[in-house]
Amino acid sequence: MAERITLQVSRYRPENDAEPVTQEYEIPLRKAWSVLDGLNHVKDHIDGTLSFRWSCRMGICGSCGMTVNGDPHLGCAAFLTDYAPGPVRVEPLRNFPVIRDLVVEIGDFMRKLPKVKPWLIRTDTAETGTAEAEAAEIGTAEIGTAEREFPQTPAEMDEYHRYSMCINCMLCYSACPVVGLEEDFLGPAAIAIAQRYNLDSRDQGAAERFDVLSSAAGVWDCTFVGECTTACPKGVDPAGAIQRYKLTAAMESLKAFVLPRRAR
Amino acid sequence: MAKRQIEPILWLTFSAGGMAAALALPVLLLVFGVLIPLDWASPDRTHLLAVLRNPLTRLVLLAVFVLALFHWAHRFRYTLYEGLQLKHLNQVINVLCYGGAVAGSVMAGYILLIAL
Repeated sequence: MAERITLQVSRYRPENDAEPVTQEYEIPLRKAWSVLDGLNHVKDHIDGTLSFRWSCRMGICGSCGMTVNGDPHLGCAAFLTDYAPGPVRVEPLRNFPVIRDLVVEIGDFMRKLPKVKPWLIRTDTAETGTAEAEAAEIGTAEIGTAEREFPQTPAEMDEYHRYSMCINCMLCYSACPVVGLEEDFLGPAAIAIAQRYNLDSRDQGAAERFDVLSSAAGVWDCTFVGECTTACPKGVDPAGAIQRYKLTAAMESLKAFVLPRRAR
Repeated sequence: MAKRQIEPILWLTFSAGGMAAALALPVLLLVFGVLIPLDWASPDRTHLLAVLRNPLTRLVLLAVFVLALFHWAHRFRYTLYEGLQLKHLNQVINVLCYGGAVAGSVMAGYILLIAL
């Protein structure tokens, strides 16, 4: 008989369940199967009502974040054989409200992300106007048109390249204990993505991002637990990004204390 | 562009304190907590006092102690805030932690700069 493994999946159907319940599914244990493959097997052959998000199956889209045996993982990157003989507990991402089964509400992150202006900002070519119009224009028109090139050395790219690998999967938000405690905290990915642009030699928007990043709900809520970096499936190191920005922000604040206003 | 915030300054002392403590305290603990009590090293008392009374030694030790105390204050404050979920008591905790660090710093300053 072929080997089998049990998935203990957290189910929550708001029309039936007052709170999440666990449902067990026994599925074939195949060598190349990820947890996501297992869930798709359940959906296709055992229980079509199971709901979860997925798209690319290869760690690029960032849709299939879930809690596997207590730790945040991409469903497509957690392999069933690593959890054999099982059972494998599959739960929704922590620190997010659950909509249904493994599907969580990500609106909070989607509202926080644009606050750090995650796009290339040029001050030398920007037209004067409202901040929104400026942002919309800079984001699309200034960079990437053929009118002007912004060459970059490999060393300059290395400065931010790691932070540019973020796929917005939100595993770091699920792993971060501060995200669970401080609802206003900007969070690991948003700050790492801000640093991705701050450290880009083509970007001139660091000053525009400063107020949001250096506020109490920005980097200063972080207590350097480091779980975000452990959880990140793309090696982004949000904890490192935040610590680097703390030093930047602290130096600016120190200047504000000791220098007269005009010298800043 | 930067507002006058206190948190970044506290974090700088926390950060510097962690570094200073990590560099200086293991050596000091090894020498004065292990080697000398076990008689594996027995420095001459007058020589030791002469080293201690050098203004440079006093300043370096004062910096290490003050920064380490503020490191403790910051870390303990967040342990109480989030580890024990006591953030609603933040005023009491702030006074206790940073007040403790200030008191300890004053004591260290008195011993190192005046009493010694």
